[in-house]
Amino acid sequence: MSVLYALYSEPDEVQKAVDSLRKAGVPEKEIVVISSEPIEEYEFSHRDKATWLYWIAGGGGALGLAFGTWLTRMTELAWPLQTGGMPIVSWWPNLIVMFELTMLGGILATVVTLFITAKIPTRENALYDVAVSDGKILVGVESPTEGLRAGIQNALGAGRVVSR
Amino acid sequence: MKEATAKRITDDLLRPLLHTSWRFFLLVAVLGGIVLMGGIAWMYQIWNGFGESGKRWPVFWGFYITNFVFWIGISHAGTLISAILRLVNAGWRRPVTRCAEVITAFALMIGAMFPIIHLGRPWLFFWLVPYPNQRLIWPNFRSPLVWDFFAISTYLTGSVLFLLLPMIPDFALVRDKTTGFRRKFYGALALGWQGTTKQWHRLESAMQIMAIAIIPVAVSVHTIVSFDFSMAPVPGWHSTIFGPYFVAGAIFSGIAALIIAMAALRKFLHLEDYLHPVHFENLGKLLLMMSLLWAYFVFAERLTTWYGNGTSEMNVFWATQDGGYSPLYWLMVVCNFVIPFPILSLRKLRTVTGCVIASCSVVVGMWLERFLIIVPTLSHKYLTYSWGSYRPGPPEIMIMISTFAAMGLLYTIFSKLVPIISIWELKVGEHPFPIETAAQVKEHAILRTNP
Repeated sequence: MSVLYALYSEPDEVQKAVDSLRKAGVPEKEIVVISSEPIEEYEFSHRDKATWLYWIAGGGGALGLAFGTWLTRMTELAWPLQTGGMPIVSWWPNLIVMFELTMLGGILATVVTLFITAKIPTRENALYDVAVSDGKILVGVESPTEGLRAGIQNALGAGRVVSR
Repeated sequence: MKEATAKRITDDLLRPLLHTSWRFFLLVAVLGGIVLMGGIAWMYQIWNGFGESGKRWPVFWGFYITNFVFWIGISHAGTLISAILRLVNAGWRRPVTRCAEVITAFALMIGAMFPIIHLGRPWLFFWLVPYPNQRLIWPNFRSPLVWDFFAISTYLTGSVLFLLLPMIPDFALVRDKTTGFRRKFYGALALGWQGTTKQWHRLESAMQIMAIAIIPVAVSVHTIVSFDFSMAPVPGWHSTIFGPYFVAGAIFSGIAALIIAMAALRKFLHLEDYLHPVHFENLGKLLLMMSLLWAYFVFAERLTTWYGNGTSEMNVFWATQDGGYSPLYWLMVVCNFVIPFPILSLRKLRTVTGCVIASCSVVVGMWLERFLIIVPTLSHKYLTYSWGSYRPGPPEIMIMISTFAAMGLLYTIFSKLVPIISIWELKVGEHPFPIETAAQVKEHAILRTNP
């Protein structure tokens, strides 16, 4: 996979580079910005913000609740012994197990979705530079089409572009 | 943020990982030795039987269950406080959260050990896990002991993930800053993290959801631990106030433990530039609030019992007010209220040292509280023929001491392997806010839709 990228020190420069790439006709989803911390204050970091994570977490919670309801009821009916004067299927105490499994379902669904959508774990990333850990911000394009290469190099600043 | 600031933060917080002094090895050796002695004491107890402990009829819940409740309470320091501060977006939380979350993970692990240590045949511990036996009989899901399993395992899973997720970007940073085996080790832990805008968004969204989920779980855990007692129609335990009373006590002891841990980190890892007096002052204010809340709960619980004047309830009441357990009871009041209240109320005294003194006092007081909830009640049941007393045996004392050493040991090793302050979160706190003109906002909107 070929990559073209440049490193910047200031988020203002990054914003300009991202804007220039857009003007050069690079599709939004192909522009990659990598930093060592989230930079919420700039427009470029608000791309990719839409997420189903909250809904998926809710779905995980619903699954956990369904499992908790089934588990408590099934275990009580599997060998119906009356305990402490409570009914065989006792919803008040069952609510505790159901609650815990609901939350566990939500938490696990969140983490699994995070890993899938953030594409981790992965073995190696073509588009990365260790200078990011020194505070630099990387702006780049993975597998640029031949027709766009010159425009990308121009947008990123011809002197600072790294090509791999 | 200026690169120089970023570099300073990175260098300062990676220093403990990259440089090891002889003091670290000495500390690990001392703490490890105490933990080993605790292990030997446990083996001794298993070999010779429970007669070596102080547990005698009618008091079968002694130090081990006291420590179980105490450590689960201490675990409320971290994830709960961190989650609340994260949700309210308190800027001062940044250097505090990881120190706190680590306490939760380790305190829960230590706490969860005690029901196993408490077993006569600990090698059959897996019978505590809710699964059916060979006759397909399941454990009783209406029992608080099964609720404990679900609550603690959910909280432990959530807390460990809540601790681990924000560590991934820091592992990537350490990967980039090291060579050889360390690079491979941290590279594996970093899971190929790049730091794309998408990854940051997903991570922050996930942390937001986890913070929302973990708060009710934390509250439920100590409520369920309180149910171990309050579900039983036993004098002194069968009280509707026990749930919130336990939760308040847990947060109280948790904040105290957090202050002690932060002070130790600040001193030994030279983190004075990151853990400022204002962090201790803010946590000191929280501790003061919890001290008042604790005093309110104790008063409400005591007054209700005294006013009701039930014979069996009053036997437990007087045993702690002016009977054999009264010295411990009044020491608890002194440690949880009389000492911390003036220290934390007066601004002049709410210094790092003042907060640490108050916190040490609270930790002792809260341990005594757990002991006083369990033992006086079991030694004063309904009928006087079933009254008794309890004196801990040497293995119980040694095991208890070793758990404090285990906490110190785990914390020391963790702070050697992982940046104890979240580096990326600290850097975010240093960001300046750009001023975007109306024209720029409009231009970005157009470019997004029409590149």
